[in-house]
Amino acid sequence: MDLLDDRKRQVVTAGEARAVACDRPSVAGSVTQRACSFCGSRVVLYPIADALHLVHGPVGCAAYTWDIRGAQSSGPQLHRLSFNTDVREEEVIFGGEKKLARALRELVAIHQPKGAFVYATCLTGVIGDDVDAVCRMATAELGIPVIPVQSEGFKGTKKDGYSAACRALDQLIGTGSTEGIGPLSVNILGDFNIAGEIWVIKGYLERMGVEVVATMTGDGRVDTIRKAHGAKLNIVQCAGSMTSVAKLMKEKYGIPFVQVSFFGLEDCADALYQIAKHFGDAEMLRRTRSIVREETEAVLPELARIRKDLEGKKAALYVGGAFKAFSLVKALRQIGMQVTMAGTQTGGPADYEHLKELCDSDTILADDSNPLEMASWLALRDVDLFIGGVKERPVAFKLGIGFCDHNHERKIGLAGFEGCAAFAREVHATVTSPVWSLVPRRAGGRLA
Amino acid sequence: MLDMTPATVAERSALKINPAKTCQPVGAVYAALGVHGCLPHSHGSQGCCAYHRSHLTRHFKEPVMASTSSFTEGSSVFGGMANLTQAFGTIFEMYNPDIVAVHTTCLSEVIGDDIPTIISKGREEGKIPEGKVVVHCNTPSFVGSHVTGFSAMVKGFVKYLSENTGTRSTAINILPGWVEPSDMTEIKRLVAAFGLPSIMLPDTSSVLDAPATGEHAFFPKGGTTLPELKAMGDAKATLSLGTWASLDAATLLETKCGVPFQDLDLPIGLAATDRFIQSLQALAGVEVPTQIEDERGRLVDVISDMHQYLSGRKVAIYGDPDHVIALTEFCRDMDMLPVHVLTGSVGNAFETRIKDILADSVPEANVKAQGDLYLLHQWIKNDPVDLLLGTTYGKFISRAEDIPLVRVGWPILDRVGHSYFPTVGYLGSLRLAVEIISAIQERQDRDAPDHAFELVL
Repeated sequence: MDLLDDRKRQVVTAGEARAVACDRPSVAGSVTQRACSFCGSRVVLYPIADALHLVHGPVGCAAYTWDIRGAQSSGPQLHRLSFNTDVREEEVIFGGEKKLARALRELVAIHQPKGAFVYATCLTGVIGDDVDAVCRMATAELGIPVIPVQSEGFKGTKKDGYSAACRALDQLIGTGSTEGIGPLSVNILGDFNIAGEIWVIKGYLERMGVEVVATMTGDGRVDTIRKAHGAKLNIVQCAGSMTSVAKLMKEKYGIPFVQVSFFGLEDCADALYQIAKHFGDAEMLRRTRSIVREETEAVLPELARIRKDLEGKKAALYVGGAFKAFSLVKALRQIGMQVTMAGTQTGGPADYEHLKELCDSDTILADDSNPLEMASWLALRDVDLFIGGVKERPVAFKLGIGFCDHNHERKIGLAGFEGCAAFAREVHATVTSPVWSLVPRRAGGRLA
Repeated sequence: MLDMTPATVAERSALKINPAKTCQPVGAVYAALGVHGCLPHSHGSQGCCAYHRSHLTRHFKEPVMASTSSFTEGSSVFGGMANLTQAFGTIFEMYNPDIVAVHTTCLSEVIGDDIPTIISKGREEGKIPEGKVVVHCNTPSFVGSHVTGFSAMVKGFVKYLSENTGTRSTAINILPGWVEPSDMTEIKRLVAAFGLPSIMLPDTSSVLDAPATGEHAFFPKGGTTLPELKAMGDAKATLSLGTWASLDAATLLETKCGVPFQDLDLPIGLAATDRFIQSLQALAGVEVPTQIEDERGRLVDVISDMHQYLSGRKVAIYGDPDHVIALTEFCRDMDMLPVHVLTGSVGNAFETRIKDILADSVPEANVKAQGDLYLLHQWIKNDPVDLLLGTTYGKFISRAEDIPLVRVGWPILDRVGHSYFPTVGYLGSLRLAVEIISAIQERQDRDAPDHAFELVL
C-alpha cells in the first residue's frame, strides 16, 4: 500500500540501514492506535488498590478507564470504582477547583482511603484549574497524601503520561518509615499484576530469598510505596513506563536498578540471575539456579510439543512499548515462530535499533502504525498470528488470523516460566484453531 | 470484597461514582459509523479517539475506525486549525472516505475552534478534494452525555446534507435512535412489511455486525448512503424513535425541509411497539400484515404463559433515557415493579415521563436523571430488587447483591449477541421477555431447596 510521505520514515525493514523515525507526534488525521498522556498515567497508577483515583475532568475520561485493565489486588478493591468530578459547563466558565475540593472531601468521608491521586485532564488543563494547589490544601485538611497527576491528554502520548505518573509516585516514595527492611530487598517496578502476574514473580523472588518491599504498581498499596526507598534494588520490568521512577530513586536515595523482562524463558531466567548477581549472595545464586532449572524443566516438554505445530509459522506484533516487543520476538522464536512485522506505539530510536538486531532482515518495523497499514501487512506476509491489544484484535479476526492479547485485556498470566507455557498454549490454540479454515480468505477464497 | 457501597445515601454535590453515562463524542462516533463510506473524526487529543474506538470495539467485537486531530500542547494554546486542516489532507490521501464526520471534544470547544471555518479553509487549500463531503457537530464532553452526542451527529448529517428538492417522495425517514445493528435490521423489516420505502439514519447494520470474510473492510458495506441522506429532505414523514437520540434531527428535518415527524419511544415492549406499528399503518394506509399481528400474538402469548413468574417482581432499570423509558413501560406491562429507575443523562423530562408511566403501579419508585450507579446500588441496598435491567456496568451490583442481571443497552462489554439479535419490535421484545423470564427462573431453580426444586416450571 502507499504510505504518506510523512509516514514512510516511520516504517523500515530490519535489514535496512535507515533508522525508524519515532518519538514524534502522530500525523493529524491518522487512525492512530495511540492514546494520550491521561491514558498513560491512568494505567500506571490505577493498580494501587487502596488509593482513591479521582479523575478531575469530563465523565468520559472516567468512564473509559473504569476497571478496564484486569489489575488484580490481593486485598482492597477501591481502585476498581470510578470517581469523577464530572466537570460541566458551569465549571468550564467559573473553574473546577472548588468542585474538586468538595469531591475530595466527600470521597474521603465515604471511603477513608490511604491516599488519593487526582488526575488532570485536557479540560481542567485548558480551563486552568490549579490541581496542585487543591491537592496541597486537601493533603493538609484531610490528613492523607493527595497527589496531583499532571496527565492532561494533550501533553503527549501514553509515554508522557507514564512520566507524569512517575512524578506522582515520586511524591509518595520516601514518606514512610523504612524500619525493618532487610539488605536483600527489592521493589518491583512496571508490573501491573494483570491476571495475577506479579504474584508469580514475587513467588520466584521469595524462593530466592529476596524481600519485596513495594510493587509498583500491580497489587500496590500506598503505605508500601511510601517506604519503597528502603529497598536495596529496583527491578524495572516495563521499562517504558517506570524507568524514570527508578532513575529518580537512584538519584535521591542511591538505589540501583536493573531493567528486566519476565516474559519468555530466556528473559525470565536472565532477570532472576541479574537480581541474584546484584546481591552477590552465593546461596541466593545457588537457589536461583535451581529455581530456573526446575521451572524451565517443568515447561520445556510442553514448549517442545507446541513448537512442533508452530515451527515456521509467522507472527506480527503491535504493542505499546518496545520492551514488550523484544521479549515477544524472543518468546515467539522459542516456539518456532518467526516475526515478520513488529511495531510499537511509543518505541524510541535505541529501541528500534535493538529490534533490528533481534529480527530477521525482512521483518517490517513500524512506529505508530494504523489499522489500514497493519491489515495490509498481515495479509501481505500471510501471518498466522497477530499480537496486540483491544483495537487490533477484531482486525486480526476479520482477516481470519489468530490473535493473542498481550495488553490490558489478557485474561491469562503470561509472565514467568509458567507464563511462557501459558503464552505458548494460547498462541497454539489460536494459531491452530479450526475456525480459520472456515474463513473464506484462508479456505481458498470461497465457501466450502 | 467488591462491595464498597455504603447503604446510607449521603449528599454528593461534586462527585460522580460509577457513572451511568459517558461523554458526547463517542455517540458522535457511533452515529457516524452508520453512514456509508464515512470516517468519524475526533477533533481533540488522540486519547479521546482511542477510548471511543476501544469502547465501541469492546461492545461490538468489531474493528472501529476513526481518525483524530492528535492535539498537542501547542494546539491547546494556538488552536486546532492547523491540526484539522492537516488531518483533512491525511484522511483523504490515506483512507479516502466519501464523508468525514468531524466532532469536537472538550478541548477544542474550550479553545473555541470554529469547525465550519476550518472546513472552508480545508476546501480552499485543496485539502478536501472535489466531491468529498465534510460535516460536523459540536460535542463538548462537559455538556449532555453520549446520547446527546449521538443526537448531535445525526442532526449534523441532516443539517449539512438533507435537502428538499421541492418534491415529496413516498419514502419515510426512520431515525432509529441509539440501538443495535440488529435492531436497525429489525426496524427495517417491519417498515418493509408495510410496503413503505424508507431511509434510515444512521444505519449501523452491515457495519458493526459485519460477517467474517477474511478481508478487513475499512469502510464496511452498510450505512446510510449520501444520496439517501440528501433524499431525506424529500421524504413524506419522519419517525423519530427515542426522544433523546432522535428528536433533534427530526425537528430539523421538519424546519429545514418541511418533513413532518412523529416523536415515538424506542419500539421495545408491547405498548411502544404497538404505537410504532400504528404509525406505520397510518403512513402506509394498509392493514397490519398478518405476519406482524402474529408476532404480537406470540409476545402476548409468552407473557401470558409466564405471567406468574413476572408478576410483582421488583426490577431496577438503568441506562440511556430512551431505553430506560421503553423498558420501564414494558416491565410495567408485564406486571413487574420498576422500583428504581435511573439514567446518567440529563433532562427533567425523563423523571416526569417515568413517573407518568409508573403513576398507577409504582408511584413511590425512585427515579433519577443524572444519577450514577453508586446511587442505584444504594437504593438497591435499601430496597432490594429481583432483577437488574441495564448495561454491563451493573455487574458489580449484581455480584455484590446477588441479583440477576439481564444485559440491555449500551455498553455491553462482557457478552455477545446484542448486535445480532434485536430487542425492538414484537420479536425483539419476545427475546427480551424470554431473557427476563429465564433469569428469574434460573434464580428460582438455583435457590430452591431440594423439596421445592421442580422439574417443570
